[in-house]
Amino acid sequence: MSTQVAIELKNITKTFGSVVANKDINLTVNRGEILSILGENGSGKTTLMNMISGIYFPDHGQIFVDGKEVVIRSPKDAFDLKIGMIHQHFKLVDVFSAAENIVLGYDDGKFNMKKSTAKIQKILDRYGFELDLNKKIYQMSVSEKQTVEIVKVLYRGADILILDEPTAVLTPQETEKLFNVLRNMRRDDKSIIIITHKLNEVMEISDKVAVLRKGEYIGTVNTSETTESVLTEMMVGKKIDLNIERTEVENKEDRLIVNNMCYVNRDGVKVLNHVSFTAKSGEILGIAGIAGSGQRELLESIAGLRHLTHGSILYNNAKTGKQDNLRDKTPVQIRELGIRLSFVPEDRLGMGLVGNMDIVDNMMLRSYKKGKTAFLEKKEPRDLAEKIIDELEVVTPSVNTPVRRLSGGNVQKVLVGREIAASPTVLMAAYPVRGLDINSSYLIYNLLNEQKQKGVAVIFVGEDLDVLLELCDRIVVISSGQISDIVDARTATKEQLGLLMTKSKGDSDDDK
Amino acid sequence: MTNNPSKVHEPLFHIIKRTAMPKWQSWIVRIVSVLAALIVCGVVTVLLTGEDPIQVYVKMVEGAIGTERRIWTLAQNTAMLLCVALAVTPAFKMKFWNIGAEGQVLAGGLASAACMIFLNDKLSPVLLILVMLVVSVAAGAIWGLIPAFFKAHWNTNETLFTLMMNYIAMCIVSYFSYEWSVPKGSGHIGVINDATEAGWLPSIGGKAYLCNILVVAALTAFMYVYLKYSKHGYEISVVGESENTAKYIGINVKKVILRTMLLSGALCGIAGFLLVSGTDHTVNRDTAGGRGFTAIMVSWLAKFDPLYMILTSLLIVFLQRGAGEISTSFGLNDSFSEIITGIIIFFIIGGEFFVNYQLKFREKEANK
Amino acid sequence: MLVAFIQRAVVQGIPLLFGSTGEILTEKSGNLNLGTAGVMYVGGITGVIGAFLYEQNAAQMNTFLTIFIPILSSILGSLLMGLIYAFLTVTLRANQNVTGLALTTFGVGFGNFFGGSLIKLTDSDVPSVTLSATSLAFKKGLPFADKLGWFGEVFLSYSFLAYAAIAIAIIVSVYFNRTRSGLNLRAVGENPATADAAGINVGRYKYVSICLGSIIAGFGGLYYVMDYACGVWSNNAFGDRGWLAIALVIFAIWRPNLSIIGSILFGGLFIIHNYIPNLSMSDQELFKMTPYLVTIIVLVVISMLKKREFQPPESLGLSYFREDR
Repeated sequence: MSTQVAIELKNITKTFGSVVANKDINLTVNRGEILSILGENGSGKTTLMNMISGIYFPDHGQIFVDGKEVVIRSPKDAFDLKIGMIHQHFKLVDVFSAAENIVLGYDDGKFNMKKSTAKIQKILDRYGFELDLNKKIYQMSVSEKQTVEIVKVLYRGADILILDEPTAVLTPQETEKLFNVLRNMRRDDKSIIIITHKLNEVMEISDKVAVLRKGEYIGTVNTSETTESVLTEMMVGKKIDLNIERTEVENKEDRLIVNNMCYVNRDGVKVLNHVSFTAKSGEILGIAGIAGSGQRELLESIAGLRHLTHGSILYNNAKTGKQDNLRDKTPVQIRELGIRLSFVPEDRLGMGLVGNMDIVDNMMLRSYKKGKTAFLEKKEPRDLAEKIIDELEVVTPSVNTPVRRLSGGNVQKVLVGREIAASPTVLMAAYPVRGLDINSSYLIYNLLNEQKQKGVAVIFVGEDLDVLLELCDRIVVISSGQISDIVDARTATKEQLGLLMTKSKGDSDDDK
Repeated sequence: MTNNPSKVHEPLFHIIKRTAMPKWQSWIVRIVSVLAALIVCGVVTVLLTGEDPIQVYVKMVEGAIGTERRIWTLAQNTAMLLCVALAVTPAFKMKFWNIGAEGQVLAGGLASAACMIFLNDKLSPVLLILVMLVVSVAAGAIWGLIPAFFKAHWNTNETLFTLMMNYIAMCIVSYFSYEWSVPKGSGHIGVINDATEAGWLPSIGGKAYLCNILVVAALTAFMYVYLKYSKHGYEISVVGESENTAKYIGINVKKVILRTMLLSGALCGIAGFLLVSGTDHTVNRDTAGGRGFTAIMVSWLAKFDPLYMILTSLLIVFLQRGAGEISTSFGLNDSFSEIITGIIIFFIIGGEFFVNYQLKFREKEANK
Repeated sequence: MLVAFIQRAVVQGIPLLFGSTGEILTEKSGNLNLGTAGVMYVGGITGVIGAFLYEQNAAQMNTFLTIFIPILSSILGSLLMGLIYAFLTVTLRANQNVTGLALTTFGVGFGNFFGGSLIKLTDSDVPSVTLSATSLAFKKGLPFADKLGWFGEVFLSYSFLAYAAIAIAIIVSVYFNRTRSGLNLRAVGENPATADAAGINVGRYKYVSICLGSIIAGFGGLYYVMDYACGVWSNNAFGDRGWLAIALVIFAIWRPNLSIIGSILFGGLFIIHNYIPNLSMSDQELFKMTPYLVTIIVLVVISMLKKREFQPPESLGLSYFREDR
């Protein structure tokens, strides 16, 4: 194996406002080598790769390609240096065929689809891709689309390939195929950087592993000289004490029972696979997992926004003593059953709130139908808006300010405030502290704790393991749409969660 | 190495979206746009006529509001344009591009005319007018509901569908223009019930158009309240702003689309009724007179606010009437007013850019 | 009888073919130009103005210039319309529907204004301008057409602009499917963000396709006056042909080669009432409705089929702003 250095990063630093996304990162990738970049959500992996592929420009630090210092200001600069990135979100034209997408925007002499197709076919054969070049993108599975993206990069002659979580959307079989292709590329002296969370995959495919944690570079190790538990420790770090208060509530009842929940999305991917758990009153149930493991679909299915393919969602009504199945019920039907289910979605301004409406109008979103007349009752929502602004210390010029003009933390306070004001029996919150400063985050934790003490069944989807461990009572860990385990937050360790989260489908022994 | 950083082409400025512009500031931008447009129009007019520009503007104002008769005509034209603009507004707020108002107005107008022709001696005058109103509303509503039905169920492109519906309405009106023509075969219906005035909206205090104006004033108030204070209006805003949010809170989007287009079509039907019963007393394929299209601009320029729509419709009718006067007094032809309207709308549309976006000039330090 | 019908249908269809080919080119870049009716109007009147000035001022008419001058002035007129639309919708990201409708108001006004002014200049009793010399030059058919019987009449009896219309439609069709630039253009209309990421200059593609589309559509107006109307311009005679051209775009499901057949079909539907005996005047009006009705049926059917290839370009009607990605 040659040891020629393909790309080297020295002291790369990038900040967004006051947030340090990357701090003094050093990396080296040789020709014919596969490097994994390992790190939790928000550890700065994608930011780093975006700097190599020309989407961001580093604040300082140097990049060397083939030993020469280079400046990469645009994706085109990256192309010229034979660097290609395969993003998580594919950039493809749906009604075009695979071949058309691959040649799009790349000028290699006289335009001749036949010739180009032949040239692409050669690449396919060389690396062992399976792809029908005449198939339209909209008819393709996710893994086929990914193949198109990879071939697109190779067609442009890339020697350094960056793959951002390529296996997140693949089945174990598809992952195996991808790895075979990557190995073929390695044999062909290409350099590959692969971002992933899944430890077993890291061990299987890579030659070296670089670990990032909270924007900092922790170190690089040779895969052959390390173990999964060493990597986990490097990735999650030591436990940090956050001093989030956790109380114990007596007389817990089973409130929401999710049984064998399965959901297949529009692309035909099984996003939720036989998920079962119980949320109890007076308890915060945490949901931990790598981003995109099915958390969003899980909450939206419970909220009545998605149709399950299998399973049931049972709600025990404490007042009537009855049990209702919420599956296939619309949000309105759920409300009509007398169930007060509050939901703080991940997409605050695109779903939970309407950006162009003012705070008062946003307060009404759930309750606008109140009253017998055809007209809106503005008094109550106005009072509520003022109450929330006052109690949660929302910084806003007035109650009539469109919420999109508020800062992220204040937007979240408005949303959480409204959902709590409905005095829910179940409260679901997806990443409620994402992008918030420390003070606002603690305010949200306190609000959730208050709800718990009132006997609400709280479901908390989070990404920071320290927070999950201190705030929640129990934690459901999901990985690729399956539950890896349900652990007691009082006794679980960070490493344990890290391992459970990164367990891939291949490891699980249940169906298929 | 081809990658020399100093050679990287940096544009002089780039465009960013504004998060917010205070209302007063955005209105200043709009006023400046109109003024700039008026200057350009003045220049165009002067070039074509060689007249003194001041003279041109004076004529324009005179043409619009020079005499009492002209003021009444201005008011009635404004009212009719406003009426159609009110009709399309709820659909637009929902981001449903109803450009079929022309056809919906015609459907309403044709229904009115039919009642006038066939029921003139069968019903009492008051009852006849009521029946006409109901039938016109129904006709307009059906015409609006057809594309909405397909949009709601199969996501059929509503812009193109409603556009086509206009011409179908026109052809149907032409068909009946022959069927009911007086004298037979002329292709013109002529003034209906000229002798009895059955089905004509009465003149109030000697003012023939006052009835129309009052109806439209009431509709304006209704639409303002409906959009701003009713639950329906609220649902329309949510669906228009974000379909995801609508689903999140359990709004039945299909139902809202159908209901809103029903209303939109119904109001167009009223406009058709007013045009036939209140002003023209006949119907032909030009009864809507392009208002269905102009109304879109009126509504859009006013940011879908019924109160501002009074201003924008007045502005456009004022310009049309004023430009019409310029063309007669300086011996240009009537189409001059359309050119002027076009230019002014171009300017106002262009001006919106400065409300929504901001030009940021590159700072020097970028090429250090 | 049938021969004459086909011949008339083709002549009726050619302006629509120009209009729809131009509109398809524009729409493929993601811009719905509802101003096409206005553009065709302007293309017609500017051609008339050019021809009028030349006929008035030239002592001796040169055949080449007789044809060249109206074409050039028509191109300039439609190009200007295209530029106005492109500047507003692409550079200033204005609403396409509103801009297009304003462009139609402006274009029709422009046409009628200058048409009216020219009519006044000629001092004639009839409200029209007649450019017989120019029209004669435009209408010159193939020399041997009349010797070939019905075959000649159906296929060879038209003027050069008619063949140009068909040729342009075929060229545009080939351009979309066989060239790199055509592929890029389609990508811009489908998914501008993807095109942008692939290094395609979205703004430039939109400008060029809008402007070329306008010029082609403008020829529809020119053909109408010079050939169909025998060089006679009268205000509003052009009628709804601009909208019919937009309908044809849908009927042809955004394919210029289908639009060739579609235009003849639409032309036929437009005049078929003249060929059905004993049709009352009112029933004739119902027949004029058929092209629109057929278009709606096509629109509904393609939306029900949900077949992606039949849908309008995905970003049609939306303005593209890179930072929105």
